[in-house]
Amino acid sequence: MTTDAISTDVIIIGAGPVGLFAVFELGLNDMKCHLVDILDKVGGQCAELYPEKPIYDIPGLPIVTGQGLTDALMQQIEPFNPVFHLNQMAESLTKTPDGKWRLTTDAGTIIEATVVVIAAGGGSFVPKKPPIKGIEEYEAKSVFYSVRRMETFRDRNILIAGGGDSALDWTLNLQPLAHKLTLVHRRDEFRAAPDSVNKMRELVAAGKVHLHIGQISELHGAGGQIEGVTLKPDGGDPYKIECDTLMPFYGLTMKLGPVANFGINLHQNLIPVDTEKFESDVPTIFAIGDINSYPGKLKLILSGFHEAALMAQQAFRYVHPDRKLRFQYTTSSSDLQNKLGVAAE
Amino acid sequence: MKLFVTDLEGVEHEVDAMLNWTVMEIIRDGDLPMRAECGGSCACATCHVYVAKEWVNRLPEVQDEERDTLEGGFEVEPNSRLSCQLIMTAELDGLKVTLTQDSAG
Repeated sequence: MTTDAISTDVIIIGAGPVGLFAVFELGLNDMKCHLVDILDKVGGQCAELYPEKPIYDIPGLPIVTGQGLTDALMQQIEPFNPVFHLNQMAESLTKTPDGKWRLTTDAGTIIEATVVVIAAGGGSFVPKKPPIKGIEEYEAKSVFYSVRRMETFRDRNILIAGGGDSALDWTLNLQPLAHKLTLVHRRDEFRAAPDSVNKMRELVAAGKVHLHIGQISELHGAGGQIEGVTLKPDGGDPYKIECDTLMPFYGLTMKLGPVANFGINLHQNLIPVDTEKFESDVPTIFAIGDINSYPGKLKLILSGFHEAALMAQQAFRYVHPDRKLRFQYTTSSSDLQNKLGVAAE
Repeated sequence: MKLFVTDLEGVEHEVDAMLNWTVMEIIRDGDLPMRAECGGSCACATCHVYVAKEWVNRLPEVQDEERDTLEGGFEVEPNSRLSCQLIMTAELDGLKVTLTQDSAG
């Protein structure tokens, strides 16, 4: 397996604003980065939770949206050619015989590096699981929170629950190959993209999608195979809908995930660090941004930026033990300007 | 001012309520479970609470953004609110809310 491993200086877990800025600080100090993120896009919470919302407390940017900040950071780190492994969860972390870290993702990507930086914010974004009694019994057998291969769902009697973009997108995508497709939502209004909602309404009018308004209160089935759900309409009598596949799409929530098994000391699901190097209790593993804790910690993006800068100093000592760490300003250092690709001719 | 918070076990807690703080912040300050993953920007539904029936009509009306975001919650009832959108005022002294699986699960 080692032959397939990617080799780099630093692995960053989490491609939110703090993970992205860490690429900049590490890059100025001659360290190459690979980033892993469970989302299918960079920006973390900024891109997933509030891409359109304004942020007012980024120094020097009186107002910027979550997506705007993400785009600006991507532009800022471009000179350092970071490599992104998106849509993947950092699953396990082990030591190689030569003392490097080997990170494996749930997509099978293997990366080896001297330093690991955990910038995982509130944890991994994972699908919200509805608190319906007994749902665990059906998960991965006939209840699915995501679609890996559409063919899996051919000729099935699918029930999709939810009113956002994921619910509507999969309604439109799976309807042509499903035996029957039912969409269930709490109210007859959808917050998904208007174009998707219109297309769904057309399919409902044509009798190709069955729309029911209400909340799922009970599951029916046995041995992991779902046979139907009980739907409770607002103020009406509950009734049963038959299906052999249930797909709840209620958005994402944050869970610490496999980082908990990396062998690092945790306190209340956060990683305690020192405030000089932002290193965990395991040397060469750092934690920056919302996932760390120390006396006086503030969960602000600007704190994460500061932490990234200090972390990079110590990371340099590990990655380039034979070199002397030189503190320089981007304003005056032609060396740094060369790295940024902005040096005067 | 006081806020009364019933937890998932059905135990009621009395917590100090600060003027102009959100109910989400007050619950968190009272050391009760409160996920509030997005930090109060009405972008997730992990501060979902039930408001005691007698208080429902004394609260400011649900705005469109809150209604949309509440769709990410579970077991949403007519008395469901996002506690990050409820701001404590003198009129709300004694407000009673109950935590949900979303906010405290």
